[in-house]
Amino acid sequence: MKTHRERAGLALVALALIALPFVLAMAGTAWVRITNFAVLFALLSLGLNIVVGFAGLLDLGYVAFYAVGAYVYALLASPHFGLHLPFWVILPIGATVACVAGVILGAPTLRLRGDYLAIVTLGFGEIVRIFMNNLSSPVNLTNGPKGINRIDPFQIGPLNFSASDTFGALVFSGPIKYYYFLLLVLLAVIVINRRLQDSRIGRAWVAIREDEIAAKASGINTRNIKLLAFAMGASFGGIAGGMFAAIQGFVSPESFILNESIMVLAMVVLGGMGNIWGVIAGAVLLSFVPELLRYTVEPAQMALFGKLLIDPEVLRMLVFGLALVLTMRFRPAGLWPETRHRREMSEGRT
Amino acid sequence: MNDILLEARNIGKRFGGVQALKDVSLTIRSGEIYGLIGPNGAGKTTLFNVFTGLYARDSGEVQFAGKALDLGSPHAVAAAGIARTFQNIRLFANMTALENVMVGRHVRTRAGVFSAILRTRAERAEEAGIRHRAEELLHYVGIADHANDLARQLSYGDQRRLEIARALATEPRLLALDEPVAGMNATETTALRSLIEGLRRDGLTVLLIEHDVKLVMGLCDRVAVLDYGEKIAEDVPEAVRANPIVIEAYLGASTA
Repeated sequence: MKTHRERAGLALVALALIALPFVLAMAGTAWVRITNFAVLFALLSLGLNIVVGFAGLLDLGYVAFYAVGAYVYALLASPHFGLHLPFWVILPIGATVACVAGVILGAPTLRLRGDYLAIVTLGFGEIVRIFMNNLSSPVNLTNGPKGINRIDPFQIGPLNFSASDTFGALVFSGPIKYYYFLLLVLLAVIVINRRLQDSRIGRAWVAIREDEIAAKASGINTRNIKLLAFAMGASFGGIAGGMFAAIQGFVSPESFILNESIMVLAMVVLGGMGNIWGVIAGAVLLSFVPELLRYTVEPAQMALFGKLLIDPEVLRMLVFGLALVLTMRFRPAGLWPETRHRREMSEGRT
Repeated sequence: MNDILLEARNIGKRFGGVQALKDVSLTIRSGEIYGLIGPNGAGKTTLFNVFTGLYARDSGEVQFAGKALDLGSPHAVAAAGIARTFQNIRLFANMTALENVMVGRHVRTRAGVFSAILRTRAERAEEAGIRHRAEELLHYVGIADHANDLARQLSYGDQRRLEIARALATEPRLLALDEPVAGMNATETTALRSLIEGLRRDGLTVLLIEHDVKLVMGLCDRVAVLDYGEKIAEDVPEAVRANPIVIEAYLGASTA
């Protein structure tokens, strides 16, 4: 049971999240877009967290499922094939196709763990990207490196997510509408994750992570449960990918490089593998910090030295990298690790 | 009491050039404590791993409760009703004691992804049942006070007990214990011994690998002796103790 204080706190957080885009919009729509990407990455991190955090399967090719979701959306809602299906049809299709891709990746890697699994998944991610790059002939499926352009934005009744609507004094720009949609999806994914974590399936995932042989001997069909982890994680990636395609209006293989997989993994690890809130915090931090640095590194140098000494982009990545190293040095289990959280929860329930 | 629960016939297992098990046949009767002894490297744990599906056997077959046992996968063996513990304790270290036992209920419960996401009435009832049974089992093995401690924080003796509780959660008909008192002091050994005797009283069949000869002889209804992968004796403890082949192979000829 929640106390009054907890309820009040939750209501405050909800209000803050609802007001956030309008506050950010005052600083520029760019910040709303940055926030949207932070939420998108939070979705990806939660998906990867099922595979890496819960089931303990190191996946370096997670961006492949993001790519699959994005291309499914792009192909079904753009002039490329002349198809313009509504988003609420495409997102489930994207999730399903990504889910199948997850099983395809999972099936041959069931006996692998740790480094070996990481290498295979890394290869899988690259294979998907290279496919996207080259499936332009003999049949032009993906339009190759040029990517797919003019992708339909979301459309709910008269609400077009690429245009602004005005209600009284409030201007709902496209990014603000996406923000609310993303927030709803994030909420749903959080609920799904928490329920899975506290279920028979969630326990089986953690058991496999902790000791696969003991898990087998305790009667867990490790093959099916691992495939389930890959499939669930991939589905979330697919949904995130579809939304990415709609928000950007453009997809190309360049968006799905290894770096993206590493970034999502960094969010999961930095935040605290296995802990939903930690993972979200990791995603938000790693999305915002580079952007904040982008806007502060240059003015700071101008103020200090009167001229640009180091290229802002270089310095930005240097500061970013240093921050990561320091975090992992002093908080090796992540900013917000799993165990304590789990214990608190089980104590609260008994 | 005399029904045959498990009958192994001509089990063979080879690792490269080493014949780890050679034509091992044995029968375990319902409700007994069956001891498996033998010098180090005799093949006891290998036989265990074959019985529980962790190693693929090269030959032979196992009948369990009147049916051929599918040794192809450990979870099928667990589902058939054989549970085990490990010589070098294998718990889910970062899960609580209670969660460890709850994992053991996996094979006897059904809730899938969708019912978990939707928190259906059936799923919630099943979860409550899992939790309740796990709490009972922790109580049964005597570590109910540690339900919310992480498995790795438990004392050595309590970890052994937790492993037994997790195995019991799968509702086995045969509980296979691999050196359950290894590394325990005299007090802990006595306590675990009475736990095992309690299991037999409650109708469970126990297969026990043990180095502690005194424990085996005092506890077991029948004992088999393995030496170099072959069964050299199978009888009541007194007869095994008096068997000259066993004395020579296992206890050493000079000490007899």
